[in-house]
Amino acid sequence: MDMGLTNEIVKAKLTEKFGDALLNWEEPYGMLTFEAPSDLNLKVMQYLHDDGELGFTFLTDLTGIHYPDNKGSEIGVVYHLHNLAANVRIRMKVFTDINTPDIYTATSLFPGANWMERETFDFYGINFVGHPDLRRILNVDEMDYFPMRKEFPLEDQSRSDKDDEMFGRGGSYN
Amino acid sequence: MSDIIYTGRPVKFNNKVKMVEPPPGVEGEGFFVTKLSEVVGLGRKNSLWPLPFATSCCGIEFMATMASHYDLARFGSERVGFSPRQCDLLMVMGTIAKKMGPVLRQVYLQMAEPRWVMAVGACASSGGIFDTYSVLQGIDQVIPVDVYVPGCPPRPEAILDGFMKIQEVVGNESIRRRNGEQYQALLSEYGIQ
Repeated sequence: MDMGLTNEIVKAKLTEKFGDALLNWEEPYGMLTFEAPSDLNLKVMQYLHDDGELGFTFLTDLTGIHYPDNKGSEIGVVYHLHNLAANVRIRMKVFTDINTPDIYTATSLFPGANWMERETFDFYGINFVGHPDLRRILNVDEMDYFPMRKEFPLEDQSRSDKDDEMFGRGGSYN
Repeated sequence: MSDIIYTGRPVKFNNKVKMVEPPPGVEGEGFFVTKLSEVVGLGRKNSLWPLPFATSCCGIEFMATMASHYDLARFGSERVGFSPRQCDLLMVMGTIAKKMGPVLRQVYLQMAEPRWVMAVGACASSGGIFDTYSVLQGIDQVIPVDVYVPGCPPRPEAILDGFMKIQEVVGNESIRRRNGEQYQALLSEYGIQ
């Protein structure tokens, strides 16, 4: 078991395999982070998973993000992968247009992605192409929008009994 | 209570038993006349079976309310039930997410008439601080509520006060209320028949 897996090795191997396709390399708090083209997400993860030296066999987390100002790549998916043997973690991001939020599902590679992708769909409306059961998981089934997208206010819009002025908004605060 | 003390037994008679006042009526030798609704109300209000529907910190306060220090049993509610079929009083304590709304409603529907509902704490009453897309903005959006207890969370004293308010409502309720048009209209507002 090779315990000497470093960020430099991971970056070098990925660059060797995918060339300039992987962008925006960073190491916030020592965790290697990069951006991949959205149509390459499975290929990169498969390589990270299968390569003997890399061995990122565990999907710690999968979540979405919405940057409304990044025109053409507003919606992102963030994957956190973990090499359990060497205890190394990396973060991969993919971005897509909000009008076509299609991302290949990671469920074939990591069965644990199933519910995480459902949650990400529930809150951001990301369409995970090929997901076996893509429906809401946490919110009520009748919900007709994706509440974590920035255009939707946090507050419950059905409420009529609240005086906005008491909450520092609306009325004389405008 | 008799003053006889059985010296042979370690346990003495409990002479601190408290009795509720009888309802107003006419008393004579061997009989007592009063209104049926008064007697029914007296019986109901002093033997309420609460069904705790506790989802968060208000539920913790209720646990203290139930326990020996505050002792909800003093009010005739020794028997806290966990089956809606047997209970009279639904006590909703805590944040109710919108996804839980139908569950709460079903629990309410499973209770037999007459049934009462108490909303304990800010969340159950109005959504509280959770003015957000996922939280029900007060349980009165899905079921009718008799008494609201404010607080975040309310102290056990406040829950007891709310409970005594429920007793007041129960004791003064007409035995015909549940068949009345007004009550039927209230239920149909919630889509309950």
